[in-house]
Amino acid sequence: MKEFVLIFRLKDIADFKPSPEQMQERMNWLGSIAAQNKLVDKGNTLLPAPGSAKTVKANNVVTDGPYTEIKEFISGYIIVKAENIDAAVEMAKANPIFDQVGGNIEVREVLKRD
Amino acid sequence: MEYAKMTAVLCRHFGLKHLEVAEDIASDTFLKASEHWAINGIPKNPTAWLYTVAKNKARDYFKHRAVFETKIKDNLKPGDPEPFNKFEFGDQMISDSQLAMIFAVCNPDNSKESQICLALQILCGFSLEEIGNAFLTKKETIKKRLLRARKNLRNNDFQIQTLSKTAIKSRLNTVLKTLYLLFNEGYFSKTNNKPIRKELCSEAIRLTLLLTDNALTNTPETNALLSLMCFQSSRLEARINDKGESILFEEQNRELWDKALIERGNYYLINATNSNETSKYHLEAGIAYWHTTPAVENKWKHILNLYNQLVLIDYSPITALNRTFAFAKVYGHEKAITEAKSLSLIHSNYYHELLGFLYAEKNVDKAIVHYNRAIDLTKSKVEKQTLTKEIKRLKKSKGQ
Repeated sequence: MKEFVLIFRLKDIADFKPSPEQMQERMNWLGSIAAQNKLVDKGNTLLPAPGSAKTVKANNVVTDGPYTEIKEFISGYIIVKAENIDAAVEMAKANPIFDQVGGNIEVREVLKRD
Repeated sequence: MEYAKMTAVLCRHFGLKHLEVAEDIASDTFLKASEHWAINGIPKNPTAWLYTVAKNKARDYFKHRAVFETKIKDNLKPGDPEPFNKFEFGDQMISDSQLAMIFAVCNPDNSKESQICLALQILCGFSLEEIGNAFLTKKETIKKRLLRARKNLRNNDFQIQTLSKTAIKSRLNTVLKTLYLLFNEGYFSKTNNKPIRKELCSEAIRLTLLLTDNALTNTPETNALLSLMCFQSSRLEARINDKGESILFEEQNRELWDKALIERGNYYLINATNSNETSKYHLEAGIAYWHTTPAVENKWKHILNLYNQLVLIDYSPITALNRTFAFAKVYGHEKAITEAKSLSLIHSNYYHELLGFLYAEKNVDKAIVHYNRAIDLTKSKVEKQTLTKEIKRLKKSKGQ
């Protein structure tokens, strides 16, 4: 089994707060992965609001939020285990955000630093 | 259970170094009882009889040991070993001893799993098979684990009295887990073909209740565990019929549920929620709470949500299967079948029972295949009977 990080990106900051129904669907998705004993880390939500998000650049330039230059922003991540990247991609495909609000999920294999 | 209690009391006096001695004396006592009672009949107060014999045997042992040690070590301190005049077996002392011993055995010198194994064996009187069931592990593995753990403890001569407040707090988690497993073995007993062993349940409740008496151990987690035990126990009477067969939740006579225990469960659950902490016991108590309520709207959604959280923090095959059952209640059997299959727990009889149940409505043939597989896999006679009955019922319904 290899480990993969699933990185969630949303398009609109308004999508960040899901409705109770959307929340239930997302929890079901996460619960389903955990029920297969394939969840390595339930991850975290990354707050996109101005007070909670800054980007630091060269020459001490600090901007608000992650989204001045890109349209999408990272909203969170989880770590799963799977036989290979295709299996991890299948897990990501089942995520309800595509039907709910759109956005995308990046799947990346983890190379552990020892 | 009396055997475990006696070992605990003896151990408290001897120190953990003499664990084996305490166990020997306890089993000698019971052997003597079986011989003596067979000839002379059971005495009026069997417990008192047992403890008198144990006390004498313990005194003998220490006399021998004292002689032995003085011969070898001339400069042995006077008054050593422990004087026996304060050797009491009162009810209060026993309960405290047992709890104290569980804390002592939950010694971080051993791994958490070994600590729990040891506590279950010495203090709860579990057999290797029962411990194996609790950990879903082979008997041989448990045996090795126990041998190592005992060796570690033998070299470790501490007493419960020396435990600091921090040590008690840090060991509490393992102690709670031990009590949780003790209760579960009683509630879902897999051994001796008895689906329920009430004495284990009440023992677990008694010990957990003791933990709530002490400010150090009266934590939200302890209350949540106690709440869970109360909710579960409220259904003990309704869970088996007069033939000793277990009755499925949906078919239970709710009149038999113990309302006083449900109220106790509510009380401890409220006590458990005065902090932001959400432990596995909180979630399980929450699920058990919803099971005591009548079928209100969104009941199963709440239960599914709690299972989603539970499986995140503490995966086990049973939790995964129970979660799928709740999923079926909310989203229907068809979606739940896909969900169930993704678990791939093909060696678990519960997995096949669940699939049998989910298929029963629409595809009787597949349901029967899974039920038969479950019959092959389970060791419980009672369960085999229940499943065979269900297959008969399905075949009949198909024929009509």
